[in-house]
Amino acid sequence: MNRFLSGLLFLTWACGPVSAQDTKKEIQKYQQMIAEGSPVELFELEGEALWKKPQGPHNVSLEKCDLGQGPGVLKAAYARLPRYFKDADRVMDLETRLLHCMTTLQGRSREEATKRVFGNENQPSEMEYLSAYIASQSRGVKLAAGRSHPKEKEAYELGKALFFHRAGAWDMSCASCHGEENKRIRMQELPVMSKPQFARPIMATWPAYRVSNSQFKTMQWRLNDCYRQMRYPEPNFASDATIALNTFLTVTAAGEPYRGPGTKR
Amino acid sequence: MAGPMKMRATLAGGGTAAANTEVRVLMTHPMTTAQSGQPLHFIQNLTVKQNGKTVIEAEISQAVSRNPVFSFRLKGGAKGDKIEVSWLDNKGETNKIESAVA
Repeated sequence: MNRFLSGLLFLTWACGPVSAQDTKKEIQKYQQMIAEGSPVELFELEGEALWKKPQGPHNVSLEKCDLGQGPGVLKAAYARLPRYFKDADRVMDLETRLLHCMTTLQGRSREEATKRVFGNENQPSEMEYLSAYIASQSRGVKLAAGRSHPKEKEAYELGKALFFHRAGAWDMSCASCHGEENKRIRMQELPVMSKPQFARPIMATWPAYRVSNSQFKTMQWRLNDCYRQMRYPEPNFASDATIALNTFLTVTAAGEPYRGPGTKR
Repeated sequence: MAGPMKMRATLAGGGTAAANTEVRVLMTHPMTTAQSGQPLHFIQNLTVKQNGKTVIEAEISQAVSRNPVFSFRLKGGAKGDKIEVSWLDNKGETNKIESAVA
């Protein structure tokens, strides 16, 4: 069967007017076009306003929030997440840390702050706006998630295990879709996320704006949606499992200069 | 309240007779159509001014996407020219942005 398929592919490549290479080039051209007209910058502006807006029972903004580079330091903060935070004794990714600041600095309840973590096209969520703004402050900075603290190593190992762990109604793992090269679903290439050369360009462009539904999407959403597509129970927002997976993916992509927030199909 | 706008205006082929001003503008707008089941809400008019003088007046339909981006090429121009882009929607809401050509 495989031999038949590759023979067929070869034929298409040899005689057809549209080769696999051409298709790839056309897809790249399309991706470049959507990136040029991307409204990502609008989300960054809204996120900046939200970052500085006093909220919650303490009526303070998030400007004193420590994302790992010191209170209020945004430069390079996103590129160095997820990482271990001593004050919470936990590895945290961006959204988890923001949630931490909302509950500690602003005095909001976890329940209230997570009521609406994923928005829609008519009303994006606070997390989405903030992620766009904070991630944009890491442009050009090389991805360097924490990998020295024992808890960071533990998160990496857990994330790696989760990536290959098959479960759920369809007995799927992340690797079922993201474990083999040269696969795609319609126009979407399926990157082998456990290999650095594939993880790098992906992790360097998330969070991202999706043109197909006019929404800005965070990494927590991306992982959540992968689990939905695999028919798993919905993972908890900012859970150890999602943070571990994010740690595994970002460590795998280490060294890639961040160039997001990106624009996806 | 109208969301933010962002604009970039640059001079292409500066100093030559064939200089052009390239304007790229992003605007926040829901651009809802009659088919969405929500109240019709879309940008109707777009005005581009160069140093206070109107150079483009455009009528926009519901067919334009949410959070649209427009780019224009204006003949001539010089660094420091003031470019203003404003929109008016069917509910009478309006927003504008001004920046100097770089």
